[in-house]
Amino acid sequence: MNLKGKVWKFGNDIDTDLIIPARYLNTSDPEELAKHCMEDADRTFAGKVGKGDIITAGKNFGCGSSREHAPVAIKAAGVSCVIAKDFARIFYRNSFNIGLPIFESEEASLKIEQGDTVEIDADKGVITNVTKKETYRVKPIPPFMQELVAAGGLINYGKKKFKIK
Amino acid sequence: MPMTIAEKILAAKSGNKHVEPGELVIADVDLVLANDITAPIAIKEFRAAGAKKVWDRTKIALVPDHFTPNKDIKSAEQAKMLRDFAHEQKLTHYYDQSDVGIEHALLPEQGVVVPGDLVIGADSHTCTYGALGAFATGVGSTDAAFAMMTGKAWFKIPQSIRFVYRGKLNKWVSSKDLILHTIGDIGVDGALYRAMEFTGPVIDKLSMDARMTMSNMAIEAGGKAGLMNPDETTLKYVKGRAEHKWKVFTSDPDAKYEKVIEYDCAKIEPVVSCPSLPENTKPASALKKVSVDQSVIGSCTNGRMEDLRIAAQLLKGRKINSRVRCLIFPGTREIYLQALKEGLIETFVKAGAIFSMPTCGPCLGGHMGILAKGEVAISTTNRNFVGRMGHTESSVYLASPAVAAASAILGRIGTPDELK
Ligand code: SF4
Repeated sequence: MNLKGKVWKFGNDIDTDLIIPARYLNTSDPEELAKHCMEDADRTFAGKVGKGDIITAGKNFGCGSSREHAPVAIKAAGVSCVIAKDFARIFYRNSFNIGLPIFESEEASLKIEQGDTVEIDADKGVITNVTKKETYRVKPIPPFMQELVAAGGLINYGKKKFKIK
Repeated sequence: MPMTIAEKILAAKSGNKHVEPGELVIADVDLVLANDITAPIAIKEFRAAGAKKVWDRTKIALVPDHFTPNKDIKSAEQAKMLRDFAHEQKLTHYYDQSDVGIEHALLPEQGVVVPGDLVIGADSHTCTYGALGAFATGVGSTDAAFAMMTGKAWFKIPQSIRFVYRGKLNKWVSSKDLILHTIGDIGVDGALYRAMEFTGPVIDKLSMDARMTMSNMAIEAGGKAGLMNPDETTLKYVKGRAEHKWKVFTSDPDAKYEKVIEYDCAKIEPVVSCPSLPENTKPASALKKVSVDQSVIGSCTNGRMEDLRIAAQLLKGRKINSRVRCLIFPGTREIYLQALKEGLIETFVKAGAIFSMPTCGPCLGGHMGILAKGEVAISTTNRNFVGRMGHTESSVYLASPAVAAASAILGRIGTPDELK
């Protein structure tokens, strides 16, 4: 998997209420959710984010509620992946389950700046900062998660492995 | 090989004799839970996968509690999706209108969750049931859909952190203060991916209501679960209400913990979490200058009988400050009824509070108590993120029912000791 895009940078502990506020959870339509993506962290985000753009953040990205609407909103807004120092547990599993690529890299989280263009080679586990001409290592994705991604998410994985009535 | 309670439950449910932190297992769950926000996505995925029937119609709980009674047309449509699905699949644990309660107050009360269960819920505060000695954790809608189809979920065995609470509790210090203090100490990611285990002589003496308040907020420290070892108090609680057989798992004395953290409770005063992260804790006594516009008592954290009794004890014969809106939300219908029988509702209404039916309502800024720009709330709920209860420039302070009730009377943050 190769991803390339322009970076929008956020801080530490970006919670799910910032990613998609509860007042919009009366729908689960991805397009509707995308219109309000990151709204309470940056009111203008949904209007300016471009297809393939990348979100970077500090520690504990996606903390708070279990709402899958958060990774769904990010994905539907056109964001190709999220890079953070680390992720809150439920957000981490939701992202893999729905097929939003996420990468943990402390170095990348620190050094990448707003507006940089970065390229990710997921198989090699390397992030290249095209703007700054630097490379950073990504924490390897556990084999089970790779299996999930390869199957196209948890539901497809389940359909292959288990009997469904 | 010694194991912690978390490891024992996950081993038993995944058919292993022994599990180690870091290992990945697929386990059989005892219950799958979803609400009116998370179930619609799960139901869509269930259908998209071509599934026709749920794996076990007695092991799926659907609780429309977040935007109910429906606040608008869209939320009504979402709730209807649950209702239609529940009827179509003949689910035995669907809680509509008159049966509704806040999921994490409701399911233990109804005996749906018992010690030794493995529960996943598409709601982050599913960790509440750890107080019963169940391994319960929040997941997303896709995980819920997967479990609705297969009865299974994947788990990485978490490392455990043991918290030991000793010493004498100060006056007006409740289990809410203990958990806020703990989160203030270790931070909102202090237990990221970890199972928290709450132990010690202070925990042993807590009621089930008080225990659930603590386990409820494990997620606010990033925890995967917030467990307590079942004891006599637990068994007394489950006897007579358990819907199915329970099994008591307890941590071996020589089980391995990543860390053991001890607290001397005598040093803990009533705690308040300041905006906009639960880890921003301060003693309530240091915040006397903060005036409040709204006081919220309720939610899956503090909407149980014991919480309402404390609020009533303080509000009895007193008046809520004329500038404050005090909203009280019981967790379930049974709690509502009990409050009615004990005369608490009369006390609340006479004091000038608003007593509502059970709903998540203001806790997530859903409805029935939204904050305007610049307004301040003190709340017994569990999150004070930016915009959590309304406008992004409003703020929420988290506290115990005693501090929230006292603050409602004082019109500013304060403790019961300051009441005349
Ligand atoms: S009361 Fe609040 S925290 Fe609890 S389930 Fe409802 S919205 Fe979530």
